[in-house]
Amino acid sequence: MALRIEPRREVTWAARLLAPIAAVLLTLVFGGALFWTLGFDPLATLYAFFIGPVTGLYGLTELLVKAVPLIIIAAGLSVGFRANIWNIGAEGQLTMGAIAAAGVGLFAPQGLHGLLLPLMFLAALLAGMAWAGIAAFLRARFGTNEILVTLMLTYIAGLLLSWLVRGPWRDPMGFNFPQTALMPPAGTLSPLDPRFRVTASVWFALLVLGLLWLFVSRSFAGYRLAVGGAAPRAARYVGFSEKGAIWTGLLVGGAAAGVAGFYEVAGPLGQLSAVISPGYGFTAIIVAFVGRLHPAGILLGGLFLALTYVGGEAVQVSFGIPAHITRVFQGLLLFFLLASEFFTSWRITRSGA
Amino acid sequence: MATAIDEGMTPRLELRDISKAYPGVVANDAITLSVAPGEIHAILGENGAGKSTLMKIIYGATSPDRGEIRYDGRVLGHHSPAQARALGIEMVYQHFSLFETATVAENIALCLPGRMDLPALSARIAETAARYGLSVEPGRLVADLSMGERQQVEILRCLMRDPRLLILDEPTSVLAPQAVEQLFTVLRRIAAGGCSIIYISHKLDEVRALCQRATVLRGGRVTGSTDPRTASAHDLAVMMIGSDLPVTDHPPASLTPAPLLSVQGLSGRPFGAQGRALDGIALDLFGGEIVGIAGVSGNGQSELAACLSGEAAAPAGRMALLGQDMTGLRADQRRRRGLAYVPEERLGRGAVPGHTLTQNTLLTGYTAGLVRHGLARYAQARARAAAIISRFSVKAEGPQALASSLSGGNLQKFILGRELALDPKVLIVAQPTWGVDVGAAAFIRQRIIDQSRRGAAVLVFSEELEELIEICDRIHVLSEGRLSPSIPRGEATKSRLGSYMTGVGRMH
Repeated sequence: MALRIEPRREVTWAARLLAPIAAVLLTLVFGGALFWTLGFDPLATLYAFFIGPVTGLYGLTELLVKAVPLIIIAAGLSVGFRANIWNIGAEGQLTMGAIAAAGVGLFAPQGLHGLLLPLMFLAALLAGMAWAGIAAFLRARFGTNEILVTLMLTYIAGLLLSWLVRGPWRDPMGFNFPQTALMPPAGTLSPLDPRFRVTASVWFALLVLGLLWLFVSRSFAGYRLAVGGAAPRAARYVGFSEKGAIWTGLLVGGAAAGVAGFYEVAGPLGQLSAVISPGYGFTAIIVAFVGRLHPAGILLGGLFLALTYVGGEAVQVSFGIPAHITRVFQGLLLFFLLASEFFTSWRITRSGA
Repeated sequence: MATAIDEGMTPRLELRDISKAYPGVVANDAITLSVAPGEIHAILGENGAGKSTLMKIIYGATSPDRGEIRYDGRVLGHHSPAQARALGIEMVYQHFSLFETATVAENIALCLPGRMDLPALSARIAETAARYGLSVEPGRLVADLSMGERQQVEILRCLMRDPRLLILDEPTSVLAPQAVEQLFTVLRRIAAGGCSIIYISHKLDEVRALCQRATVLRGGRVTGSTDPRTASAHDLAVMMIGSDLPVTDHPPASLTPAPLLSVQGLSGRPFGAQGRALDGIALDLFGGEIVGIAGVSGNGQSELAACLSGEAAAPAGRMALLGQDMTGLRADQRRRRGLAYVPEERLGRGAVPGHTLTQNTLLTGYTAGLVRHGLARYAQARARAAAIISRFSVKAEGPQALASSLSGGNLQKFILGRELALDPKVLIVAQPTWGVDVGAAAFIRQRIIDQSRRGAAVLVFSEELEELIEICDRIHVLSEGRLSPSIPRGEATKSRLGSYMTGVGRMH
């Protein structure tokens, strides 16, 4: 008697929908068990982690602050993921976008007023695209692996940021802290409500999701990418350009990450410092997959993973659990997601001798 | 159903009531048959009739759900292929498993027990080959052998182990007609020595020429057991497909004055070092005619087709489509100018497995009204997919069925229907009826003929000479990357085409 893995004959629609939900539930169960082994009351900590932060209006707005970059980046990445273009360096593209936006904000001539924000936006978008474009060029020209290139470029972007905020861009009035001066008022997005930190980036995230929906389910370009991802030889057979897919997949992801960087600099951060992102670019990969690369799923996945950030901060404050618990929950979720994905299309059977 | 042979001696192999079901399909349903020592026994049936499953059960590669296998009178339990070989059961697969970079003797040594003593083995190989009339030289590299010679090595490899039951799966699909005759001579000699042979095929004429007994399968069941030498072709066809072999209507062709597709001096190796290099291919294809490319796969067929479709670039040569140069055009640009192509691989190339038929209609339909302002028109694509499904009797749940849920034959009907729906000026079809049942094959051939008679130029690649002779107006043979002169329909006989396939024709 041996166990054997065999493909399921059909993958039901319900199973595909249930997989991410099952992954979330399993994450909660194992997270609770983890709290329990650490000596905390699992229900109380889970409540403080997942429910407590969003019971008040401030908590909800903070959730949006964290969800917006995740959603924007995940939407951009999902375009490439559909075509099997694995851009996992969104963190670096976000960093470059933030650097470019801050550069324009700090050093553009005075008196641009209403033009400054659009210029910062454009600079961030182009910087994110350029950073991802390096990987696209190397893959299309030399066949290099974009997973490695985008990941390595992330560290280069991080070091560039580190050098800028400690060196040439350091705020002379900043008591030697590794950070730039604040963006000028014309280069700052004012919150929708002065009590909270949420800016107009929320509307932009919704717009991005709408565009993603159009691209995925209606556009011919989206269809071509999907064919290239699902069956590369079929794409070659009908003449869908493979290089075009590489460029599109990486540039769209880079642009989205760059713009997310702009919204961080012009919004909640207001300046560059040595650390500008709690790993949004990496977490967005999980968001894209929890959301099954679909706009509605990315919206829900973005909100849920944003909750792991605010929840991690909340249990640190109320229980003294290190905020790195956020990473543990994200890891658990990704693990269970991959496992439940696997079991939607495969099953384990006993094979007779 | 005791036969004269059964009464005299213990059958070499006896199957009683063998059944095997896979999820959603019963592959074998209560199959009973008996093979006498020294008998050449045909398992005749179409693709999907359950032949391969039955062979796997006999060889021990899978075990039946029910039923009993007796070998020389003894019941076999769950046996493995290794145990089957120990009992003297050997199998020659349709696709060979030889190491190309090793010599014949080295390949054979690999599947014999004990230490490798190449000089002694070579002598034994030469002796065995001479006994059965095989022309196998032990010292040659497999890479240098033709497909027919490789098959002889595979058979010889089995003979070296003194088999008592030899199974051959569609052995002639890789052979030129002359090599088929040679194979039959060898098989008769093997059987005369007392070894039983199970000969799996769907070709009636071969079974009638070679076998003493035929068990006919249809839909997993035995539909008849007969002596094919005396049974009429009509009777065998009825057992195999449930009706007579259908015939196609072939009206005379009226050609366009200028070729719609023209190829000059196409040479070189389009797929890197792997594929066969093409050697100065010149070809003119006129509207209104069907031109066949005969030859065994691996002689440049896939390379030539990929050069024509635009999937691969040839290092040298010119190609023109509707009188305009297309050498540098991509596949999509050629399609927009009226070229359509049905590749031999359906799943993964001709269709995206995980996509619906609607989405797969868009795959090539983007050149013909299914995309507007950069947006895909899924409603129109769905309507077109539904029309293809009904016009080509595709067995599918509807336009929303996944391509991967269709059987190979049904997917082929869908893909051909999809390409014909584009009303192409030039249509290239590779292996139009592989894996398609006989009735559907006749339907597909008729649609191809109809398209040519509407003025399209059609190029058909096929390994089945009967098929090409039936539908083509002219036939070229592609052998070792070179194209023979074209032979008109009336003069194209199997032996004439075969002489080009073996290279003899080029001498004249």
